[in-house]
Amino acid sequence: MAAPAAVLLLVFHYLPTLGNIIAFQDYNPFVGDDPLDAFLNSEWIGFGNFEALFRDPLFWDAVRNTLSITAFQLVFFFPLPILLALILNSVVSGRLRGFVQSVVYLPHFFSWVLVVTFFVQMFGGAGLLAQEMRQAGLEPWGIMTNPDTFIVLVTAEAVWKDLGWGAIVFLAALSAIDQNLYEAAAADGAGRWRRLWHITLPGLRPVIVLLLIMRLGDALSVGFEQFILQREAVGREAAEVLDTFVYYQAISTQQWGLGAAAGLFKAVVGLVLILTANKIAHRLGEQGVYAKS
Amino acid sequence: MTAQLSGAGPVPAAPTTAGPPAPPPRRRHPGRPVWAGRPSTSLTIGKGVVLTLLVAAVLVPLWAVLVTSLASRGTIDDAGGMVMIPREFDPSAYITIFSGGDVTRAVWVSTLVTVFGTTVSLVLTVLAAYGLSRPGSVAHRGLLFYFLLTFLIFPGLVPSYLVVTGLGLKDSLWSLILPSAISVFNLVVIRAFFMNVPAELLDSARIDGAGELRILTRIVLPLSKAVIAVVGLFYAVGYWNVYFNAVLYIDSNDKFPIQRVLQSYILAGQSPNVSGASVSLPGVTAYPPTLAVKMAVVVVTVIPAVIIYPFVQRHFTKGVITGAVKG
Repeated sequence: MAAPAAVLLLVFHYLPTLGNIIAFQDYNPFVGDDPLDAFLNSEWIGFGNFEALFRDPLFWDAVRNTLSITAFQLVFFFPLPILLALILNSVVSGRLRGFVQSVVYLPHFFSWVLVVTFFVQMFGGAGLLAQEMRQAGLEPWGIMTNPDTFIVLVTAEAVWKDLGWGAIVFLAALSAIDQNLYEAAAADGAGRWRRLWHITLPGLRPVIVLLLIMRLGDALSVGFEQFILQREAVGREAAEVLDTFVYYQAISTQQWGLGAAAGLFKAVVGLVLILTANKIAHRLGEQGVYAKS
Repeated sequence: MTAQLSGAGPVPAAPTTAGPPAPPPRRRHPGRPVWAGRPSTSLTIGKGVVLTLLVAAVLVPLWAVLVTSLASRGTIDDAGGMVMIPREFDPSAYITIFSGGDVTRAVWVSTLVTVFGTTVSLVLTVLAAYGLSRPGSVAHRGLLFYFLLTFLIFPGLVPSYLVVTGLGLKDSLWSLILPSAISVFNLVVIRAFFMNVPAELLDSARIDGAGELRILTRIVLPLSKAVIAVVGLFYAVGYWNVYFNAVLYIDSNDKFPIQRVLQSYILAGQSPNVSGASVSLPGVTAYPPTLAVKMAVVVVTVIPAVIIYPFVQRHFTKGVITGAVKG
């Protein structure tokens, strides 16, 4: 019964994974009738693509941007869903909580095109904020086109889209905490903040560690469409991340081998990161992404 | 406080209709556990402000877009752009985009891809999840590993592009469906749900002579409506939102999905290329306002999610959590 799904993964996941070996070729689509033929006829150049890649300052710009965005979002995005879950969990009225949840989950289902569109219509040069500021006699903000604050902008967009959704998993962890612990602590005289520190946060710890590991393993992925969509507005220098670098090298400028090498670099580093992070979690006595076997 | 505690016992935090046994002197919300004590006023106000801001951050842009899409040109000119206060109900922007042209076509393309893609994805994912939910079936462990390994190794953009074009899928709507048809995350979520169906139930059906497919459709699926609804929504949203694969693989304008068209209308700053017929529509005298047309496209792109979402939303915690915890 799993066969059709397995075949699809074979063709569209594992076959391209093997196809990464074109990173060791000077791949040229014009030496064959189709990609397979071209692959068979292309010249093998060993690590030539990687040498070119590591000498390419644009590549290191992309790496630097990617890591800065990851670090920035780890500080200014990662804790927010936890805070929201704590607040929502403390709302006693089920109806109010349900209403807030319905509203804040919604943007998760919007495409990046829509999210960026909403930001443009609110904060862009012809957006709501700019038109109000102009009417008040102020100089409108250029946040949608300012490369220096782009990192704040992409984080704000990501928060808008996924803050509520990110809180779900923490809410579930909160509801799994034994309520008797709170009652016993309250009976022993523990106040609100002590109960938070000694019961709630330890209860959330496994989930927080799990999500941190997953985020670290994904440190080289910061999203893709979000950056392609806004590249024109803020310029390449601010908006180039590893994924967009791969795309523009390979498909726009036809340097297939170089693009594939960058993609393979990212995949290998990502795998090493997630395995390392998981190992650290095991050392700390947490379960991690997969159990010790 | 302690006296109250021993009397009332643990009160579930979930909101119930049952009030406290005896009306306490101060007003207490029936959902609040007796031991919790009353929150301080400043904390309550702080939480209220945060939640209000979050709700407003989502609803205000939606409102502005909706109102502007229904505003006349005069209202938009008076406001200097986005309109916040509705003054009239002017559907001309919608008439324009639905009288043929880019948007009408894109809505059809996206609807087709979404309906067909979701069906394909759901059927294949459910079949695979059922096959993998019975430990002891043929090659169970190996297959499970085969599926889960996709979480650790990724193909990368360039080889994926070459495989899709090599299969001759370029400029075909299949390129928007097949490469993303199986989400292993969704598969794991459904599988976790299926594994909770008691084996005795399936065994008794088997003894009665039911085949595997019959067991799946008559017993397992009816018990798993919630998770199927959630996963169906995930898939449908994915297909409706497809943008970048369309940039990669679709070349002809008449196969552009709605997100691609929205992008070209708004972010690329192109002037909308609506059908020529719209100008001479009966009843529409002035040329429809461009901003209203743009906002109408946004509304059309948002609407499917907003309509389906409330029906599925109550299952979220269940669906997402079984996957997250057991995956």
